[in-house]
Amino acid sequence: SPCQNEEKRNLSLGGHVGFDSLPDQLVSKSVTQGFSFNILCVGETGIGKSTLMNTLFNTTFETEEASHYESAVRLRPRTYDLQESNVHLKLTIVDAVGFGDQINKDERQVSPIVEYIDTQFENYLQEELKIRRSLFNYHDTRIHVCLYFITPTGHSLKSLDLVTMKKLDSKVNIIPIIAKADTISKSELHKFKIKIMSELVSNGVQIYQFPTDDEAVAEINSVMNAHLPFAVVGSTEEVKVGNKLVRARQYPWGVVQVENESHCDFVKLREMLIRVNMEDLREQTHTRHYELYRRCKLEEMGFKDTDPDSQPFSLQETYETKRKEFLGELQKKEEEMRQMFVNKVKETEAELKEKERELHEKFEHLKRIHQEEKRKVEEKRRELEEEMNAFNRRKVAVETLQSQSLQATSQQPLKKDKDKKNRSVITGNQSGVSLSSSKVMITKANVEPLNCNSWWHAIQCCSCLVKNATWREGFV
Amino acid sequence: PHAGPVESKNEAAMSELVPEPRQKPVVPMKPVGINANLLGYIGIDTIIEQMRKKTMKTGFDFNIMVVGQSGLGKSTLVNTLFKSQVSRKSSGWNREEKIPKTVEIKAIGHVIEEGGVKMKLTVIDTPGFGDQINNENCWEPIEKYINEQYEKFLKEEVNIARKKRIPDTRVHCCLYFISPTGHSLRPLDLEFMKHLSKVVNIIPVIAKADTMTLEEKTEFKQRVRKELEVNGIEFYPQKEFDEDLEDKTENDKIRQESMPFAVVGSDKEYQVNGKRVLGRKTPWGIIEVENLTHCEFALLRDFVIRTHLQDLKEVTHNIHYETYRAKRLNDNGGLPPMTVETEENHESNL
Repeated sequence: SPCQNEEKRNLSLGGHVGFDSLPDQLVSKSVTQGFSFNILCVGETGIGKSTLMNTLFNTTFETEEASHYESAVRLRPRTYDLQESNVHLKLTIVDAVGFGDQINKDERQVSPIVEYIDTQFENYLQEELKIRRSLFNYHDTRIHVCLYFITPTGHSLKSLDLVTMKKLDSKVNIIPIIAKADTISKSELHKFKIKIMSELVSNGVQIYQFPTDDEAVAEINSVMNAHLPFAVVGSTEEVKVGNKLVRARQYPWGVVQVENESHCDFVKLREMLIRVNMEDLREQTHTRHYELYRRCKLEEMGFKDTDPDSQPFSLQETYETKRKEFLGELQKKEEEMRQMFVNKVKETEAELKEKERELHEKFEHLKRIHQEEKRKVEEKRRELEEEMNAFNRRKVAVETLQSQSLQATSQQPLKKDKDKKNRSVITGNQSGVSLSSSKVMITKANVEPLNCNSWWHAIQCCSCLVKNATWREGFV
Repeated sequence: PHAGPVESKNEAAMSELVPEPRQKPVVPMKPVGINANLLGYIGIDTIIEQMRKKTMKTGFDFNIMVVGQSGLGKSTLVNTLFKSQVSRKSSGWNREEKIPKTVEIKAIGHVIEEGGVKMKLTVIDTPGFGDQINNENCWEPIEKYINEQYEKFLKEEVNIARKKRIPDTRVHCCLYFISPTGHSLRPLDLEFMKHLSKVVNIIPVIAKADTMTLEEKTEFKQRVRKELEVNGIEFYPQKEFDEDLEDKTENDKIRQESMPFAVVGSDKEYQVNGKRVLGRKTPWGIIEVENLTHCEFALLRDFVIRTHLQDLKEVTHNIHYETYRAKRLNDNGGLPPMTVETEENHESNL
């Protein structure tokens, strides 16, 4: 196994080696790549944010005024490519439009701002965690400094100011500035500054401190720290003072010169923000604010570092387990859905089968009914036929009897007739009854019942005569 | 104008200077170019000075590995490069020490300062390389060491609570010493460089160049270059990483004419023409190490230290390390909560 013996010895060089050019090499690489710097401006509408940006960067970024009637606070980022000598700067100015304008200044004032800052951190984190990433040409959109504009009331900070700055101080470097400082007199300004700083301290607001660890800039930075918050005046108009054209604001009572240090702290702000500490602001954002965000975000998601004696690289293991969990869940869901689908199919199939069976049954049933009906009808028809036959037979019999009885009545008294009738009846009647009891025979003759109701009618009606009337003795 | 593909819609929205009210904060728009020289000095260019000051304060790390058979002058060369006794031989090891049976990796760190710039220099020596009878796979311990340094860095980077400055032990540059046979590269040379040019910046160097005449030198260099090309070995500066035309032309010249550098090392000084120079004394003359007509040491030194040191580090960090990281994370199953693509694919399947 490789043996690493690391002794750090301080050696003196025997001659010029040449690595003192290293900073130059590094810097020239950065110059080729370019720099990003992102400023967030927070302050009430009309307090002078755009004018100050224009003044700081010697150019006109904004052409129109913002409206006071925004329905909510929204963040408006704009990116500009600035070039000075061989340095390319990608400057992004983010404006919190509508801040302080709402009637109800609840947390909806601050949360869009916090959200925006977090989103930039999140984007960077996402890039950093990608498998194939390109961090070295990533356009850094993280906010490097937040200029908080304080209204020059001369009294103290507003509660909105304190609430906002407290929420932002762990996420971004805050530099508070007093805007429109030409509305306060020198003495009032001095008192105002002291009041503001003490309020910030007593409320635990951490504003950005210019770094004093590097001897080169320690002195100037500590002097500047004492002048916070900077009272600034912005102007893009030029006024002739003496024989020079300077940026200033012209009043009837005098001219406020932007770059005159006894008039306002604009020059100090520019020095600190751009010419001395721009790199430190970027570094603090990356090493402090971003790292804090990253740590919180990863812990939130359930990752944790290992304790010294357990397995190394637990982040990977946690990723792996989470991945397995996630895939497992997806698989389970897929299975469930598939099961559900299969079941549904089975159900529907069963239903259809059932319906088919029912239909079939119905059909059979109907068929049977139909056959039954047919049979019944057949039977009835037969009966009817039989009846018809029987009727016809009787009819024939009656007709024959009738013709016989008619012959008898036309020739002789009834006796002969009777005999004839008897004979004919006898011949008609197959029962074989003797001649003597002709009356009885006649009454017993199988004849149709009388249709007529009365005796009179019966006599009249020929057909009824031979019918089964109640014959009495002595009748004839 | 909404019928087009998504990208053009975003571009159109981004190029507007005055955007319509948007509910969500969006990615900053495409930058508008402004030449700030117009209205007076702002001071943006001071950022160079600010950055330079910061880097000087934090200092630099540089890790250089030397690989080659024993006796080729590796330690001497490294001492000559950094004008001090940085090699393993000088920090307590016995010259008569036995050649190890396997390849060993020995790293020694020094802090050197010049012109206010502090550098933590680590020289990684590989005694035993190519010295066995059977040298099969003798590059494996070296590859393993290099990957271990990447692994160490990755682990630090992936921590929740990270250090402000992750200590960088990754090998930024590997000087490979070619024996000045005058014929061609040896199979071992080819094998080593083939395997390792994919994980580290390799700078091939012809050792003990004072054994060849000028013509032999030129011929040998040509042959070596040809062989490297034929075998597809990309040594530093790799063609594919040239950033722009300027880089390309500059590096082409180095790749096709100067490299591999034929060097001579020495830590002894002699008097030549009234000057004290580093050199080797022979019966037939003094070979001046820093004389460009004698050998190419000065070229190597300028190349590695004075012009391309930062680039060596950046290629190691942005390319070799990233390749290692990507491979490592892929092998481990990737990072599901972060890559949204996996989730979306699954959803569409469901």
